[in-house]
Amino acid sequence: MNGVMEEKTNKKVNQGSAKPEVNKEGIKKEKANNIIEVSDLNLWYGSDQALYEVSMDVPEKQVTAIIGPSGCGKSTFLKTLNRMVEMVPIVKTSGSIKYRDQEIFSNKYKEEYLRTKVGMVFQKPNPFPKSVYDNVAYGPRIHGIKKKEVLDQIVEKSLKGAAIWDELKDRLNENAYGLSGGQQQRVCIARALAVEPDVILMDEPTSALDPISTAKVEELVQELKEKYSIIIVTHNMQQAARISDKTAFFLNGELIEFADTDDLFQNPHDKRTEDYITGRFG
Amino acid sequence: MLGQNEQNIKKRMEGRVAINKILMVLFGLATAVGLVFLVLLFYRVLTQGIGYLSLDYILNFPAPYPEEAGIYAGLIGSVFLMIIVAIVSVIIGVSTAIYLEEYAPKNKFTEFIRVNIQNLAGVPSIVFGLLGLTFFVYMFNFGYTLIAGGLTMALLILPVIVVAAQEAVRSVPAEIKEASYGMGASKWQTIARVILPAAIPGILTGAIIALSRAIGETAPLIIVGAATAIYTLPESLLAKYTAMPIQIYNWTGRPQEEWQYVAGAGIIVLLAVLLIMNSIAVLIRNKFQRRL
Repeated sequence: MNGVMEEKTNKKVNQGSAKPEVNKEGIKKEKANNIIEVSDLNLWYGSDQALYEVSMDVPEKQVTAIIGPSGCGKSTFLKTLNRMVEMVPIVKTSGSIKYRDQEIFSNKYKEEYLRTKVGMVFQKPNPFPKSVYDNVAYGPRIHGIKKKEVLDQIVEKSLKGAAIWDELKDRLNENAYGLSGGQQQRVCIARALAVEPDVILMDEPTSALDPISTAKVEELVQELKEKYSIIIVTHNMQQAARISDKTAFFLNGELIEFADTDDLFQNPHDKRTEDYITGRFG
Repeated sequence: MLGQNEQNIKKRMEGRVAINKILMVLFGLATAVGLVFLVLLFYRVLTQGIGYLSLDYILNFPAPYPEEAGIYAGLIGSVFLMIIVAIVSVIIGVSTAIYLEEYAPKNKFTEFIRVNIQNLAGVPSIVFGLLGLTFFVYMFNFGYTLIAGGLTMALLILPVIVVAAQEAVRSVPAEIKEASYGMGASKWQTIARVILPAAIPGILTGAIIALSRAIGETAPLIIVGAATAIYTLPESLLAKYTAMPIQIYNWTGRPQEEWQYVAGAGIIVLLAVLLIMNSIAVLIRNKFQRRL
């Protein structure tokens, strides 16, 4: 059953990324543009398997959405991409994840390095109990930048990148806990940008926000994909449809379907995908 | 509602409100019991000791006559002891807590160590006195000196500090730790920049409680040989010393009534030092909390 699924999924991936008119060279080029390549990923929490044979290539500088019902493994999958999932001590994995053709599970590969390249924004805004400035400067500081002028520049650039500079430029020394939830989340995004990552993982970044803040974050995601590859887990199918270029549907720890977002929503190939996006379950 | 009629609900409501009121009175009484005894203690100590309390009393060494006796040696001895205890026990205790909470593998052995540290916190202080006598006084050959007393007291309160620091470290929200790791911070960077700053108020509270216990401890100091009559201040870690509780204990043991009053004055000084220590710690704690 798994094997069949796998074949099907891989086919989908090809269908999704290669447009009909693209020649062989085009397909190769497309392949080279994958920033993360996951193959045959299995993951266990102790004896409970949470991910089954997931294979998926994440394209560079696009927004990839991951949807699925609660407990389908989508957050687990996301956290595997920067090895944050290993903070749970009983986690075991098999298979391969390559970031820019480098195996991240290899012993030589430092997870600290991976996480500077693959940044993360969490479900609940989680600023440090420090000033806005210190929050954004945290990443550069841990990587050894001490000069005030350099830090000032990074903080400004990052806050501008997260579209919150104008709101906060006069409040840089205020404690980030005093900001609204939406502002906190964008400060967290700015904080992630300050490390200058390649990839930004977002774990349901708007689930704790009101509709207006959500719209702002969604708008921001559209701007960020000019420079960054974004993988976003979302509960909200409309959100996935609105902001993503590609969508992956997870169910019970399996990747059921992965395709261009328009294709997946308008023309799902798998019955279960169809049932989920038409609201028949989940 | 739940198949009950309006009348039943009203009847039950009265009972529920009444129980709440009765319990409120009982809890209030429990608080009053503690308060009454505290007031009695203060009253007794103040009325007995205040007559002997003066600047001379604070600055005098012990003397054969009650009128000339003072607590200077004990006061300074206690302060020196507390400095040694605070430095040794906080450094070792916080390091232990960090190791157990953040670095140690989560297995049965770690859990075993954790449970045993908690048990150690309940071991009678006299046992720690015997430990200090065996190791510091005899084995390390420190003799009846300040350092032997300080290290013994440090061991005595170490478990309390470890447990308090563990609680403080554990209560740092996982979200902000994840935020730090998510940006590529190493474990130590996360500990130094996120966990410890957030845990410091809790650690300090634990340290204060532990030090307050240590400053009033008498039994282990008797065993490791704090002197009772001493006419000089300790000039080095290897000097003889005394401490306030030892001095007070010694005075209360004398038959003449006047010495009871001298002891009472000593207790007032001890309580005052305790109050000052706690106030300083609260100030430090508030400062850190505001910065967070």
